[in-house]
Amino acid sequence: MKKKESIFQLLMQKPWDPTQVKVDNLHKGATLDLSKGKLGLRYIMVISTIFFCLFIVTYSDRLIYPDWQKMPEPLMLWLNTFILFISSIVFLNAQIAAKNSQFEIVKKRLIVIGVLALAFLIGQLFVWLQFISLGYYVSSNPANAYFYVFTALHGLHLLGGLIYWFISIRKVWVPSNIVIAKVKHTVELCAIYWHFLLAVWIVLFGLMLFT
Amino acid sequence: MAADSYEDIAVGKGDAIPALEVKPQDLYHAKSFWTRWIFCQDAKVIGIQYSITAIAIGLVALVLSWLMRLQLAFPELVPFIGPGEYYQFVTMHGMIMVIYLLTALFLGGFGNFLIPLMVGARDMVFPYVNMVSYWVYLLAVIVLVASFFVPGGPTGAGWTLYPPQAITSGTPGGDSLGIVLMLVSLSIFVVGFTMGGLNYVITTLQARTRGMTLMRMPLTVWGIFTATVLALFAFPALIVSCIMMTLDNLLGTSFFMPAMVQFGEQSEYSGGSPILFQHLFWFFGHPEVYIVALPAFGIVSDLISVHARKNIFGYRMMVWAIVIIGALSFIVWAHHMYVAGMNPWFGFFFATTTLIIAIPTALKVYNWVITLWRGNIHLTIPMLFALAFIVTFVNGGITGLFLGNVIVDVPLSDTYFVVAHFHMVMGIAPVLVVFGAIYHWYPLITGRFLHEGMGKFHFWVSFLGSYLIYFPMHYLGFVGVPRRYYEMYDSEFMTVSTNYLNQFITVVALIVGFSQLVFLYNLITSAKFGKKAGKNPWKACSLEWRTPEVPPGHGNFGKELPIVYRWAYDFSVPGAKEDYIPQDIGPSQVPEAEAEQT
Repeated sequence: MKKKESIFQLLMQKPWDPTQVKVDNLHKGATLDLSKGKLGLRYIMVISTIFFCLFIVTYSDRLIYPDWQKMPEPLMLWLNTFILFISSIVFLNAQIAAKNSQFEIVKKRLIVIGVLALAFLIGQLFVWLQFISLGYYVSSNPANAYFYVFTALHGLHLLGGLIYWFISIRKVWVPSNIVIAKVKHTVELCAIYWHFLLAVWIVLFGLMLFT
Repeated sequence: MAADSYEDIAVGKGDAIPALEVKPQDLYHAKSFWTRWIFCQDAKVIGIQYSITAIAIGLVALVLSWLMRLQLAFPELVPFIGPGEYYQFVTMHGMIMVIYLLTALFLGGFGNFLIPLMVGARDMVFPYVNMVSYWVYLLAVIVLVASFFVPGGPTGAGWTLYPPQAITSGTPGGDSLGIVLMLVSLSIFVVGFTMGGLNYVITTLQARTRGMTLMRMPLTVWGIFTATVLALFAFPALIVSCIMMTLDNLLGTSFFMPAMVQFGEQSEYSGGSPILFQHLFWFFGHPEVYIVALPAFGIVSDLISVHARKNIFGYRMMVWAIVIIGALSFIVWAHHMYVAGMNPWFGFFFATTTLIIAIPTALKVYNWVITLWRGNIHLTIPMLFALAFIVTFVNGGITGLFLGNVIVDVPLSDTYFVVAHFHMVMGIAPVLVVFGAIYHWYPLITGRFLHEGMGKFHFWVSFLGSYLIYFPMHYLGFVGVPRRYYEMYDSEFMTVSTNYLNQFITVVALIVGFSQLVFLYNLITSAKFGKKAGKNPWKACSLEWRTPEVPPGHGNFGKELPIVYRWAYDFSVPGAKEDYIPQDIGPSQVPEAEAEQT
């Protein structure tokens, strides 16, 4: 049974045609060779990407006006970026460990990731406080407004990720919960989301850095 | 295992696909009244919850429209309506009807009820998320309704919520909680919808039963599926604009707010772009029209095919048209903004794309009409509504061609011509489909028919009534009567005849409104006293009618999921004993229809 067909081939099918009927009768039902979890994650990532892209479009529309005043880049922001980067690398490591069924390592890695994520969020809050104390309020300049919006929305996405991280850690932690395939799957999904958030942050940070 | 039998089928020896190959699904089981009817994870119950909530809030919007009509024609009868209230009613009526009624009903209501049944699944793929989706939607509705009760009342910014006026004092709710609650409610709605959409998309793609290819799905599923994909791309624009406007309002940012002088004082805002909001809003707003229309297209195709006992003409083209319309709907948004001022080349571009949409849309209309051609037309109530839809949609669509042209739109913009156009094309037309669909699937939901007499009364009054309401409005628009005006008695736009016409429209609107109450009464009483329908009363081919129990029980199908052997339109197959062959009937069960080439 051939599995891969392009969307155009698919839309060209004639479901009433006797030869097509025979082919169709063999169809197993699912369109894509993906788990529902993975597809769900892709759905969420697509929506988030569109969401951030729209913000970026409005950002690029706004920054061309002369009243735009670039924000300074405190060292803390670089540090936070580094923390997020490390957490993604640790997740990569956890992913490999999960693949090899080394759940003890997965456990440890997940805890490190949780700590790093919290450190990142607290670090971002710290940057906010720093800016506020320096008088960079959200309403004083469009560049400030975008900085706060971008960091807040990215932070919220990471908080959402932490919920899924919590689900993953529960699956690994309680021995009776360990269903090997499921744990591997959950860790993998969580890791993909983490890498995605790193990519989003790099784009947003880069954008603010260079404009 | 299966390989041998696959070979057998490939050479046409039989239809024995091993049923056990269909994986059993871990089903959620309700344990108490609360988890069975309130916090239920069964898509059918969720669909009904969505529908009831949507219809309930829709009734509020209906009452608001009566009040508006009374104010326009007989202001002495409604002395409590001032300009502020009028704008609040306009705003809430529009927003409720478009988002909280039509979107929620088509996707949340029909989507939940029909997708798993029609594709042969036991439930949605993420039942828990699905349940949360409904409760988040309900929260959005509650927040919206709450805005009626806060000081200053709901927002009166118009359903488009254009800044700067939406968050400026002088606009009802502009400097109070009204606009905040509206923006928050919309944001919550988008979050809830995203959760529902996750299920509609993935269930359609991944959870279909054996043999159900995408091109064998009923067009209803195609419509809802494509509309959900559109929503996936369009709704982020709404939530982005809501977030930014909320920040403008609460934190004093200037995303959309330009520098303004108010009461002789410079406002704290500067440099924001109101036009940016319009772009974001209509980047959501135009696809939204098709988010409502595509499910309607799909449903009406199925209604026509079933009640004309004929396969849908040009099934593939119908699918293509749905997909093409969906894609095109993202490059036409600025035709809502011609009067906002834009480069003529942009205007030209958007006018062209707008007119191009007429091609796939006309294709659909032709296909519906050709499906009827020499069909065995049964003038049942669902069929009456489907036929009324075609006429109404053509009507509303044609005025859309006028308005799509910049040069025609400019003088007609902000007149009653526009009101007439969009009510015909995305108010009345989809609502006619909603009614048709309810009359069609009510026997599946309750096991009983809706009362026919009341149904016919409801149909004729709604159908003819809506023409009596909206046809004259086109004329009002032509003579220049502006829309959104609270009162026009002393203006030069209003002559004696337009005044009378306005009063006539109001009287008809009240009558049509009354007929909806008859429908509501019918809905409630027929659930208990309606004529028993039995299984598959319309003799349809699609899987939702093939459940072992009616109404379908938990898990939809019996022990084994159905296996699909044909598309959903095998009506009047030459040689077959019955004039329909359901999708799960294998070739060996209908040997007489060997030459079933429809």
